[in-house]
Amino acid sequence: MLAYTFRRLLLATPILLGVALVCFMLVHLAPGDPLVSVMPPDASEALREQLVKAYGFDKPLPVQFGLWLWHALHGDLGMSIASGRSVASEVFNAVGYSLRLAVLATVIGFMFGSLFGFVGGYFQGSWLDKLASACSAIGVSVPHYWLGMLMVIVFSSQLGWLPATGGGPMGQSAWAWDWAHLQFMVLPAITLSVIPTGIIARTVRAQVAEILAQEFIVGLRAKGLGEWGLFRHVVKNAAPTAMAVMGLQIGYLMGGSILVETVFAWPGTGLLLNSAIFQRDLPLLQGTIWVLALFFVVLNLLVDILQTLLDPRIKRG
Amino acid sequence: MTHASVTCARSFTRLALAASLAVAAFSPLAAEAESTLRIAMTAADIPLTHGQPDQGYEGNRFTGITMFDSLVEWDLSQGEKPSTLVPGLATEWAVKPDDHKTWVFKLRPGVTFHDGTAFNADAVVWNVNKVLDKQAPQYAPGQIGLTLSRMPTLTGARKIDDLTVEVTTSEPDAVLPYNLTNLFIASPTAWQKDFAAVPAAVTDPAERSKLAWTAFASHSVGTGPFKMDRMVPRQELVLDKNPGYWDPKRVPKVDHVVLIPLPEANARTAALLSGQVDWIEAPAPDAMDQFKSKGFKIYANGQPHLWPWQFSFAPGSPWLDKRVRQAANLCLDRSELKAYLGGYMQEATGTYEKDSPWYGNPDFKIKYDPAAAQKLMADAGFSKDHPIKVKVLTSASGSGQMQPLPMNEYIQQSLKSCYFDVEIAVTEWNTLFSGWRLGAKDPAAQGANAINVSSAVMDPYFGMVRFASEKAFPPVSNNWGYFKSPQVEQLITAVRNAFDPKALDEAAAKLHAAIVDEVPFLYVAHDVGPRAISPKVTGVVQPQSWFIDLALVSKQD
Repeated sequence: MLAYTFRRLLLATPILLGVALVCFMLVHLAPGDPLVSVMPPDASEALREQLVKAYGFDKPLPVQFGLWLWHALHGDLGMSIASGRSVASEVFNAVGYSLRLAVLATVIGFMFGSLFGFVGGYFQGSWLDKLASACSAIGVSVPHYWLGMLMVIVFSSQLGWLPATGGGPMGQSAWAWDWAHLQFMVLPAITLSVIPTGIIARTVRAQVAEILAQEFIVGLRAKGLGEWGLFRHVVKNAAPTAMAVMGLQIGYLMGGSILVETVFAWPGTGLLLNSAIFQRDLPLLQGTIWVLALFFVVLNLLVDILQTLLDPRIKRG
Repeated sequence: MTHASVTCARSFTRLALAASLAVAAFSPLAAEAESTLRIAMTAADIPLTHGQPDQGYEGNRFTGITMFDSLVEWDLSQGEKPSTLVPGLATEWAVKPDDHKTWVFKLRPGVTFHDGTAFNADAVVWNVNKVLDKQAPQYAPGQIGLTLSRMPTLTGARKIDDLTVEVTTSEPDAVLPYNLTNLFIASPTAWQKDFAAVPAAVTDPAERSKLAWTAFASHSVGTGPFKMDRMVPRQELVLDKNPGYWDPKRVPKVDHVVLIPLPEANARTAALLSGQVDWIEAPAPDAMDQFKSKGFKIYANGQPHLWPWQFSFAPGSPWLDKRVRQAANLCLDRSELKAYLGGYMQEATGTYEKDSPWYGNPDFKIKYDPAAAQKLMADAGFSKDHPIKVKVLTSASGSGQMQPLPMNEYIQQSLKSCYFDVEIAVTEWNTLFSGWRLGAKDPAAQGANAINVSSAVMDPYFGMVRFASEKAFPPVSNNWGYFKSPQVEQLITAVRNAFDPKALDEAAAKLHAAIVDEVPFLYVAHDVGPRAISPKVTGVVQPQSWFIDLALVSKQD
């Protein structure tokens, strides 16, 4: 297992280099001025040239990339052009917020997705199956930023039960696991969870239906195993797939919740990326994407290891 | 009751009173009595706090004029007339009679920074050098773009005595005092402490300066009516009242201000409706009625802002014919567009309006007269069956762009009745911005012969000169369409050399009239900067400015 983990980590290196290169090229291919955040449009051309030199954008692209990569490999992701703050501190602070949100959303998604999936798989064709399938179809179809706005209107503006925006109570910079902070997570986490719910439900339903049709289930039934015991076998066989989907969903939610984080002003990586894109803040954009890619690779590795532990039949490496 | 018992009772009463006052003073109730004003900004991040804010004029509004002062400031105490200049850290200023490239500023005595150190001529020179002197330890490349772009002729500052400074320019420039409203004075002593605290291992002077400015931004020190308390990057900035502010009329009435970046209009709207904040900038337009029905107040006032189409004068442009430019301006029913925007715009009849000293008296009166527009178009050889094709480049959103798509679609429909066949090309805001500098002849213009970029027009340079001078042709500045006129060029020189404020007003008015007569724009609208505010907040004065004075505001908690 250790050798496998080590080999996977080695394989991650070219992936991360590739991500860094693609991100760097895409950012430079996109139109717009990387100095837009530190230079208003009314700035003179002479001033623009002065700033281009000061920020090193006059160097050839391969040199710029090489310098960035060299510093990144030494743990220095540079300074944000817009704020002058360290990219690493900005990204890791945002990752903390996004991770909390993504984990909670995935847990909610896993619970409801598994519930709908098992119900649908066990009672195929019944009204319960149709109801569970309808719920999962809605989950994958509904635009989550729209759902977020709707929930804010109902639960914040109209009922006043939960805060509409922000990452915690005013005046408190550090996160705490108390209701004062958690209440800020409720609406964005529910909003984010609808897609994993739908995806996990569909996957689990198909998996359960397939397992129930297999011969070993008939064998177990013939041996007189009760429904509860049978259920445990189904769960154990369906778990690796559900786990793999859940792992991927955490990864997607880490970097793919730009709209939801913007709607709720949740200070995670989505909001950070949004800000970096619109400000053309290249170091921040590159740093954030790179760290997210790293997360994806590590998550996939963790899921693979967990799957192997849950189902020894899965031989890797 | 005996004398002794009366004395004892009085003593007890006094003691009880003193004790209750002491308890009241230190109890949580007393702490709660402090007022906190919570504001949701449109910015995605807290504007820079080191003294030269980013995020455009919203940055100056919330992290500039709150914590810092400039030599010259805007009068934000009334909303009836356009804002004018008032003394700030300088009490008076004048250009040298024998050298029109040198100004003398007399500084305000007795002003101290939030750290208790004295404001003086050294501080002014130090702050000028932070953006001009590459050899100065405090030189900050990250600030020069945000600063020098707003004072393009500034070349230096020199101390005469503790309370007198000479400021020099590259050419005679009567507009300099307006420009200097953007140079905020930070505390050199406070910065020096941060500079000294940079680890000795960092030897590169540029890197040391950068680290010191980053540290300074986390606890910045100015002379403004508010002091910086704490900042959570991208989440909130807390400012505290500066009770010792030098202008007694502007000592803040609220104890704390919390500034929150909320870039999404619906999120701001929800935050106000749910009571998370007391004040939001630029509320969602469709929520205005809801705000009013729930007792929130909407404030709006004309701003020095212009939402135009800037015409191209490049060879082959359909706008080269003055009759076509005039026809477009006469064909647009701005009052209907205003109604369409819920009343939240001011109809533009020029870069400035009649209440401005810079309006002048243009011969060409911009109004809605479709018959006259159709006649002009017919004279120019166009008709319903033979319309003129024009293409405008705009964005789907952006700072100051108001609601660009519906507004442009309205213009497209309106101009159709005057034989214009309008094509609208939409691009991303920053791309549009970058292309604006490159000009109408550049491929970035995508073949468009008009561009819709709204702009701040705070002073004659930013309102007129940069759009009308040959010296501002791309890529130097924002004369995107290559407009030129010998008469306008002469008037620009006159503005630059009108050092008496009255003479400056007169020269600027003549320049404005001449520009309107040449019609280089389709003048459409001025933004009115709407903001929705809780009824608990009082004393709000919305001036005709991009800025607002938070020191005047009170809040009942």
